[in-house]
Amino acid sequence: MTGNEFIIRQISVFSENRPGRLAAIAHALEEERVNIFAFSIAEASGFGVVRALVDRPERAHARLTEDGFNVAFTDVIAVRMRDEPGGLYEVARLLGDAGVNIEYSYAYSGPDGAVLILRVDRPEEAIEKIRGAGKELISSATFT
Amino acid sequence: MSHWNPRFEEMPAAELDRLQYRLAKTLAYRLYAFSPFYHARMREAGVHPDDVRSLEDVRKLPFMYKGDLRDNYPDRLFTVPHEELVRYHVSSGTTGKPTVVGYTEKDIELWTESLARALTSIGLSRGDVIQVSYGYGLFTGGLGLHYGAERIGATVLPTSVGNTERQIELMQDLEATAICCTPSYLLHIGEVAERMGINLGRDTSLRTGILGAEPWSEGMRRHIQEWLGIRAYDIYGTSELSGPMFTECAEQRGIHIWRDLALIEVIDPETGEALQPGERGELAITMLQKEALPICRYRIGDLSSVMVDDCPCGRAHPRIERITGRVDDMLIIRGINVFPSQIEHVLLGLPEVGEHFQIVVDRKGTLDDMLVRVEVRKEAFSDKIADLMAIQKRVADRLKSVLNVAVRVELVEPGSLPRFEGKAKRVIDRRVL
Repeated sequence: MTGNEFIIRQISVFSENRPGRLAAIAHALEEERVNIFAFSIAEASGFGVVRALVDRPERAHARLTEDGFNVAFTDVIAVRMRDEPGGLYEVARLLGDAGVNIEYSYAYSGPDGAVLILRVDRPEEAIEKIRGAGKELISSATFT
Repeated sequence: MSHWNPRFEEMPAAELDRLQYRLAKTLAYRLYAFSPFYHARMREAGVHPDDVRSLEDVRKLPFMYKGDLRDNYPDRLFTVPHEELVRYHVSSGTTGKPTVVGYTEKDIELWTESLARALTSIGLSRGDVIQVSYGYGLFTGGLGLHYGAERIGATVLPTSVGNTERQIELMQDLEATAICCTPSYLLHIGEVAERMGINLGRDTSLRTGILGAEPWSEGMRRHIQEWLGIRAYDIYGTSELSGPMFTECAEQRGIHIWRDLALIEVIDPETGEALQPGERGELAITMLQKEALPICRYRIGDLSSVMVDDCPCGRAHPRIERITGRVDDMLIIRGINVFPSQIEHVLLGLPEVGEHFQIVVDRKGTLDDMLVRVEVRKEAFSDKIADLMAIQKRVADRLKSVLNVAVRVELVEPGSLPRFEGKAKRVIDRRVL
């Protein structure tokens, strides 16, 4: 874990692939008054991983652990993209040219713009390149 | 290490041979005279008690089977009048219809005696507080150990099964030094204690676990001993023998079978032929002094082997290896014999997954399909799907190499598989044959 302000703690939750599991996670977060900014589900055979950016990751982690879930913090970065054709290309090319590998990614696009959330193999380097190119990264403080 | 009953525990092998022969011959006559069922079976086999002229001749006597007890439900195998009975126990019927066992006063006495010797051989005595977390009631575990523990002058804490948090509180408050339960229930107790912020080894007086009533492995013993900081001993018995009867001594080298109480044989489950010491097969047990429900060459369905080498404890009573499975627990998957204990053993060697598991067997077309569900440990959880799939593959590969049959593995959430307070039921067989 680094002190870099652009590294965001995402919560990742192991979930069996059966009805009701997402509801159980979401309900726990509701009860803790945890707000979800972005979220994705990755699925494999029989199980999945739910990933979310939330306003209070510690709280979410504690509650889900208490409920018996396998929960981990994962470092990700969030880049603001131009919400128009070529926005994603711009960011992806930047990282590709720098030799930074994207392990997974998800995005949201709302009234205040589009945001790409990335887990990369070398986050510090990615941050440097993105900022160097004049792109805006979202700081972890934005969420709390 | 002191002996509860030095006369029998220190008896030399040659003298035990003579004693066993005498008791076995008496049993044969008793059955011939008082058991219409066994009388008929002896006639069918063309054997008369007079034919038992040596200890080896016991092998001429016909076998008894679990089905015989069920077929003669509830009491047609009893050989004493009902007014001689002081108690009934009824088996849990995990593998079929329940069976009823009756006890005379002497039956209870010898059962208690057997356990008094066993508990003493572990090192327990007056001053110990023994928590009996086996079920009390129709099941033999609770009452059997209760009587045995009282007999040696220990203090019994009869918590029975269930209400685990209260069990842990009482264990702490009353300073229990030993616990008797199934290994899976002890794991459950350990998990609940951890959630309560209690480490059994550090925060309680518990030093000894006497575990049985379901098969468990050597790996599980190591896990329990390291995790909970106690010494874990194997106990063996079933209701037909009276109940839990025999345990390991402090050496933890197999379960001593008191030769004045029981004669143990290991046979080939297919042919019924005697196997050599060290060879694994089905146990056939003769209870030499049981009165109400005599048991002769009873094929109990448990798989083990007998060890006759000297135990450092000095007792000339043979030991059986831990039960590695039951003939009727055995799953046949695509023609290959699979025992749930093998799966437990594999999982204990894989730090990424927990020790609880569930087996689901189904038939896909004409092929058997076996699915093993395991819990991913917290420490092994990775946010990356590829890492999780690698765990899944590692478990499947290891299982395949041990079982010689391909297995599908499903990763499930920690704590989601059923925990068992009594006997674990880990197999769901959905095949319609």
